[in-house]
Amino acid sequence: MKKGLLAAAAAVALSVAASGAAHAGPTLDAIKKRGFIQCGVNTGLAGFGNPDSAGNWTGLDVDFCRAFAVALFGDAGKIKFTPLSAQQRFPALQSGEVDVLSRNTTWTLTRDTSVGLNFAPVTYYDGQGFMVPKSLGVTSAKDLGGATVCVQSGTTTELNLADYFRANNLQYNPVVIESVDEVNAAYFAGRCDVYTTDASGLAGTRAAVAPNPDDHVILPEVISKEPLAPAVRHGDDQWFDIVKWTVYATVQAEEKGITSKNVDEFLASKDPDVLRLLGVSAGMGAALGLDEKWAYNVIKTIGNYGEIYERNVGVNTPLKLERGLNALWSNGGLMYSMPFR
Amino acid sequence: MSSETGDVRAPARGGFSLSLNDPGVRSLVYQVLVVGGVVLVGWFLISNTLDNLARRSIATGFDFLSREASFGIGESLIDYHPRDSYGYAFLVGVLNTLKVAVIGVVLATIIGTVVGIARLSSNWLVAKLASAYVEIVRNVPPLLQLFFWYAVVTESMPPVRQALNPLPGIYLSQRGLWFPVPAADPVWGAMGIALLVGIVAAFVMRRWAAARQARTGQPFPTVLATLGLVLGLPLLVYLGGGAPTDMDVPQLAGFNFRGGMTISPEFFAILTGLVIYTAGFIAEVVRSGILAVNWGQTEAARSLGLPGGQTLRLVVLPQALRVIVPPLTSQYLNLTKNSSLALAIGYPDLVSIANTMINQTGQAIEGVALIMGTYLTISLAISVFMNWYNKRIALVER
Repeated sequence: MKKGLLAAAAAVALSVAASGAAHAGPTLDAIKKRGFIQCGVNTGLAGFGNPDSAGNWTGLDVDFCRAFAVALFGDAGKIKFTPLSAQQRFPALQSGEVDVLSRNTTWTLTRDTSVGLNFAPVTYYDGQGFMVPKSLGVTSAKDLGGATVCVQSGTTTELNLADYFRANNLQYNPVVIESVDEVNAAYFAGRCDVYTTDASGLAGTRAAVAPNPDDHVILPEVISKEPLAPAVRHGDDQWFDIVKWTVYATVQAEEKGITSKNVDEFLASKDPDVLRLLGVSAGMGAALGLDEKWAYNVIKTIGNYGEIYERNVGVNTPLKLERGLNALWSNGGLMYSMPFR
Repeated sequence: MSSETGDVRAPARGGFSLSLNDPGVRSLVYQVLVVGGVVLVGWFLISNTLDNLARRSIATGFDFLSREASFGIGESLIDYHPRDSYGYAFLVGVLNTLKVAVIGVVLATIIGTVVGIARLSSNWLVAKLASAYVEIVRNVPPLLQLFFWYAVVTESMPPVRQALNPLPGIYLSQRGLWFPVPAADPVWGAMGIALLVGIVAAFVMRRWAAARQARTGQPFPTVLATLGLVLGLPLLVYLGGGAPTDMDVPQLAGFNFRGGMTISPEFFAILTGLVIYTAGFIAEVVRSGILAVNWGQTEAARSLGLPGGQTLRLVVLPQALRVIVPPLTSQYLNLTKNSSLALAIGYPDLVSIANTMINQTGQAIEGVALIMGTYLTISLAISVFMNWYNKRIALVER
């Protein structure tokens, strides 16, 4: 008897996560019924997903969440942000607690398959780097043999770190902590020689958390590819399409020179490509199951990719990040929209 | 009796009502219904979960345990390399948890007992200090205490290059404590064996001494003889082995000290936090156990002429332990389970490593099941041992 109850209790605990969503319809139906999108974002990473003192969320990932809300409801406010730690993010998406994950998440094969995610186009091409105190006099990651490295748990960062030191036959001593605040505290207190995460995250941490940003240098080596992309769970292709093409719309708009300020002028454009994007020639919206004005609304309220980038992480922000790989393909970057037709 | 009548009459009357009036049959029916209900709920939950996982094409099963872990672990009792499997990495975590639990239980018992007795002291200052300790540590959440101890090391200690050097070879910095250990030598292994032999010999000797005292009434200096056997034997081996004095002294090389032994700030914080916290509870358990023994027992022992130490050891403690051991068991379980808070300060315990596994493989249900199964096993093992011990020391009434 006791055993049976124990087994039942264990089973309840195990399946709570999954059973919640078992009876809900596909994601899109649930969102429409609810009236707002639940978006999983970072608990606090400057430039990507960060709440200010008044509780307003800002950042590149956050702006894409708002863009999805605009595309679907025509209203950037129809969104609820759920801050998630690196470890919480996948169970939260799998179980239906959030509809879309826009939380600087690296697109990898296993996440795309066995974790059960579908990745939208990359919104930020990143790579993992190292930050060290200037006083150590280290100029290359190759000099880091024997160093103590602070790293957040539950990220690809942890794996890249192990791979890099293995490949270069160097020893290291990881200090793995769950909360990003505690990792920051441990590094800036001097518990570790090195802090490693995505280069954008290093820039953000140095700008926002370091007592004196000039005391820390980011080493030149980038040891991994970190394509950060929004993700949805398997099982609702229409919702996946909406997320995917909303990202493409911001890139396409930048390519065509359409910004939030001049978008109205383009409504009278002669370019059929632009007219299809902005819904003047009908068809694209209907194909996605959205209002024909969806892309117009996104560009008008949120802006094109370049505007989102410059506003949150560009050279005029504390993060001071150049466009680099994130420039348009026509400018030597990797941002490339599939055709709108 | 009753079931027999039920069996005979039920088919004759063909009615259900008589069977249900029979307490034996009724309890059987209820038990079958409850078990059936539990099985049904369990089956529903498990099949529902598997169905959901399959529909979202999330991998299931424990195959991932044999795949390469490819992440690093900060400290380990056994040799670990990122090319080892997830299963092996998890074992590293289990051993790290056991390390905290075993050392923690021993230290918490010692400190808890001392504080518990101190709280009963007739010395006003000692008693009040013990009371203050108990009230403070019992009423601050353990997670905060862990952050406190972690901050004590990382914020108040000097950087590694200006490490404190209180004694030759011993270095204290925000990276932890380094101390020299004897350099590897076969003598140390032989001394370990000698120590085991000494302990067994001491055990046999004590049984013999007790039997002799029961027979002849002659006491035997068991304490001295035990010390002689347990310490003397290894010492003889050490001297016989040439008394090696080479030490492996830590040296500052590159980013860190190399050589010697080290206690990391993470291990220090989790151990100190849990020991201090749990000792507060154990102190109260010990105090209540001692107070549960009637003062008349002490007076009776004294009037028989037993000295103070023997009164405590032979009369009070055996009766107090009866009260102490069951709640003490639950404190040991608490300490073991609280070690999962290690995640917050970066000590690689089994939860920390299982969480990394979950995140790399996406198999949360299997990972959580592993964590629960492991804690259940450890906790049941502690329970079984403590229940055995409790039975052994229980008063046999004659």
